[in-house]
Amino acid sequence: MSDHEYTPKSKFGKWFNDRLPLLTLANHLTDYPTPKNLNYWWTFGGILTFCLITQIVTGLVLAMHYIAHADMAFDSVEHIMRDVNYGWLIRYIHANGASMFFLAVYIHIFRSLFYGSYKAPREIIWIIGIIIYLLMMAAAFMGYVLPWGQMSFWGATVITNLFSAIPLVGEGIVTWLWGGYSVDNPTLTRFFTLHYLIPFLILGLVVLHIWALHIPGNNNPVGIDIKKPSKDTVPFHPYIVIKDGFALLMFMIVFAFFVFYTPNILGHADNYIEADPLVTPAHIVPEWYLLPFYAILRSVPDKLLGVVAMLSAIFILAALPWLDTSKIRSAVFRPLYRQFYWILVADVLILGYVGAMPAEGLYLLVARIATAYYFLHFLVILPVLGFKERTLPLPLSITEPVLGGSPNLAAAKKKVSLNS
Amino acid sequence: MSEKKTNRRDFLFTATYAVGAVGVGATIWPMIDQMNPDASVKALASTEVDVSTVTPGKTITVLWRGKPVFIRRRTQDEIAEARLVKLEDLKHPEKDEDRAKDPEWLVMLGVCTHLGCVPLDQKGDYNGWFCPCHGSHYDISGRIRKGPAPTNMEIPKYEFVNSNTIKIG
Repeated sequence: MSDHEYTPKSKFGKWFNDRLPLLTLANHLTDYPTPKNLNYWWTFGGILTFCLITQIVTGLVLAMHYIAHADMAFDSVEHIMRDVNYGWLIRYIHANGASMFFLAVYIHIFRSLFYGSYKAPREIIWIIGIIIYLLMMAAAFMGYVLPWGQMSFWGATVITNLFSAIPLVGEGIVTWLWGGYSVDNPTLTRFFTLHYLIPFLILGLVVLHIWALHIPGNNNPVGIDIKKPSKDTVPFHPYIVIKDGFALLMFMIVFAFFVFYTPNILGHADNYIEADPLVTPAHIVPEWYLLPFYAILRSVPDKLLGVVAMLSAIFILAALPWLDTSKIRSAVFRPLYRQFYWILVADVLILGYVGAMPAEGLYLLVARIATAYYFLHFLVILPVLGFKERTLPLPLSITEPVLGGSPNLAAAKKKVSLNS
Repeated sequence: MSEKKTNRRDFLFTATYAVGAVGVGATIWPMIDQMNPDASVKALASTEVDVSTVTPGKTITVLWRGKPVFIRRRTQDEIAEARLVKLEDLKHPEKDEDRAKDPEWLVMLGVCTHLGCVPLDQKGDYNGWFCPCHGSHYDISGRIRKGPAPTNMEIPKYEFVNSNTIKIG
């Protein structure tokens, strides 16, 4: 990975490194050449790593006090909140940490969408990222079931019932998932097991995600290929470490605000009522980070097609590197894509809003239009745009736009006039 | 290149793969099947309900295999209403006569066939049940009339043990 040979200075270091090249790896990570124009939208990778570690550490501690049994789970969570030393703090960090994790991952994903980070040669990084995102949703869903409140129970019922839409084998699959004829104790214990497992799967995928990133190197706001190392790059340490660290501090302020001032604002009051298989809460909604997909599910009046639409909305992202036919990565140089990008952002926010509202009347109509537009964006607008759009001239290097009026700019203009 | 002839080694490879595949399958199956309902869950397959206190126009909800079962004693008006519905108006055509053997008693799983929520009693556009989760409307026979649910609410196996007791399952 590193182009240059690395030799540890100390004799012991050399002896160790010859047997297990950990120091070579550390050297690669510190020297890793990074585009010098990375903006703060690029700091969310580090923030997400922090989120994952936070969830694993707090989750480990919660598991020491939590009891995965239908009769005791609800009480054990209250026990954590009231009796365990700092239990309230650890649980609030874990619960709000899930929301912070999704907040960061959505910014990270939309960063990629704006700057075309999913395009060649970074398709594998992108697809691993989508798998991580799917696992995050699975982990978040199963984690939400564990307190065994009303929303836990009915959320689990509704989501597992999605599988019953599959023709022929659907009912069998649902019974298998439940380990019974309804969501009950066997469901809870297996969800706890999987909720514990998934973060470690994510951790492994994060290693692959970063490994795959370090092959081509980071994309950058200009979106052009750069030589590395060169005048266009800086070493990861200390430049990016400091920038990531500062962004992480800002992020932690937001995180701490939720944990200490409004720890329950992102949750639902119904989940402080113990699960009751006889009564469904009047208004079931998933956590905020799943609302856009929930809106898509509800906007289709057919059960099977609704589920298909919802899953397609997620899996379509994996095909994005091939749906976007434009060779230009960054939206900075794509005047039309830039506008469609912001329409998509608005569309997803609208889907999230109507997902939280009852599925009737005007909300339903808006949800249907927004769902149709979501698929239109990926299946029609992006493929066509790549052929139709007149993109702006790309600079020859990262340095060029900064040093406006340099010989490079003239060269760039000449290049464009040659092309046209 | 001459055509490749099948020899003893090819046969051994194929036989090894086949035996290996059976072995892997036999090892994986217990890991998958352990998640299916276990013997103790299956043992709770039937439940008996005393319905002597249920007056006409009243619904009781009982738990059977972890799921709610609605037992409604219908009024004469409701029976008439349910039986008057034309089959061509139904998304999942079923006669009320087939759903309620004794017209006064409607015994059905109180589970919305969309995504499994419990519908609310005497709500919705058809004077039957309404599911608050995604807006499915059921009539007084528990048949789907409007909304995303694909089928009518399920009728479990049940019988009257005597005039006051229903055995479900």
